[in-house]
Amino acid sequence: MESDLLKIANKKFKSRLIVGTGKYKNMKECAQAIKLSGAEIVTVAVRRVNITDRSKPILMDYIDPKKIMYLPNTAGCFTSKDALRTLRLAREIGGWKIVKLEVLGDKNNLFPDMIETLKSTEVLTKEGFKVMVYCNDDPLMCKRLENSGASAIMPLAAPIGSGLGIQNKINIKILRNQTKVPLIIDAGIGQASDAVQAMEMGCDAVLINTAIAKAKNPFQMSESMKYAVIAGRKSFLSGRMTPNLNGSPSTSKKGLI
Amino acid sequence: MNKKNKIKIVVNGKHLTVNLKYSLKNLIEKLKTSSDKIAIELNEEIVDKKKINKIFLKNKDKIEIVHFIGGG
Repeated sequence: MESDLLKIANKKFKSRLIVGTGKYKNMKECAQAIKLSGAEIVTVAVRRVNITDRSKPILMDYIDPKKIMYLPNTAGCFTSKDALRTLRLAREIGGWKIVKLEVLGDKNNLFPDMIETLKSTEVLTKEGFKVMVYCNDDPLMCKRLENSGASAIMPLAAPIGSGLGIQNKINIKILRNQTKVPLIIDAGIGQASDAVQAMEMGCDAVLINTAIAKAKNPFQMSESMKYAVIAGRKSFLSGRMTPNLNGSPSTSKKGLI
Repeated sequence: MNKKNKIKIVVNGKHLTVNLKYSLKNLIEKLKTSSDKIAIELNEEIVDKKKINKIFLKNKDKIEIVHFIGGG
């Protein structure tokens, strides 16, 4: 396992858990939960500086981008234009080239607008960005994204923040078989067993925010997700036994009295 | 104060009145923001942060200053 590293855009990571930094009660709770998760990548959003109240805490003061990789995202963007603008600004803050693209299409279910997502991926790739793409689990669109130069394919397990777990395992399995770049489950994880399932299906990583931030005890859930991802990965690499509908005794009959 | 020596700008959607010959650097310093933690747009064009001392604001300029916050 020592050499089992996650490789994204030529960068190597030991942890296969990527965590979000939103929805926590405060920055301190967020920083502590992230520390416990063991994650080496955190997603961050780009927003206006509060110019009227400069006393508000700043994310960078709690989570050091030199120690943990910031993955700027386009949360809240509903058009390609807004997503491109956001990521160009993110790059300008400090040279971030590996980014997470998400272009939403529906305010209620937060499903991605795949047409705008594909357009944005093409433009960003040409501009030198390494684009990790939040997408739906449609194998055809995911293939198009990969062909457009996406650095990671990140299908949803279920709507963002829903905690419903993996809804379409068939599609995730198809995606696992066809995807050459890292395949990362992004959105919809609700509990540790969902993360284990994703990893056991051969996904390269999972991205989790709400399941940790909105757990009754975010710190325990953060650790739980850390171990779930490790357990799921080891289980996948081990190669599971062949399932059998009939029972098979674990103890030899030899010497039975 | 003579109004002729003032210009009106919009920073992050808020109207501000500043002196003539006011540079972007002056603005960033006034907002007590560290330039290595932000990105700046002037009239929807990204600004090279190394040049903010040479960029002087004009009347009706629109400035956006962004940074990273928590997000999923």
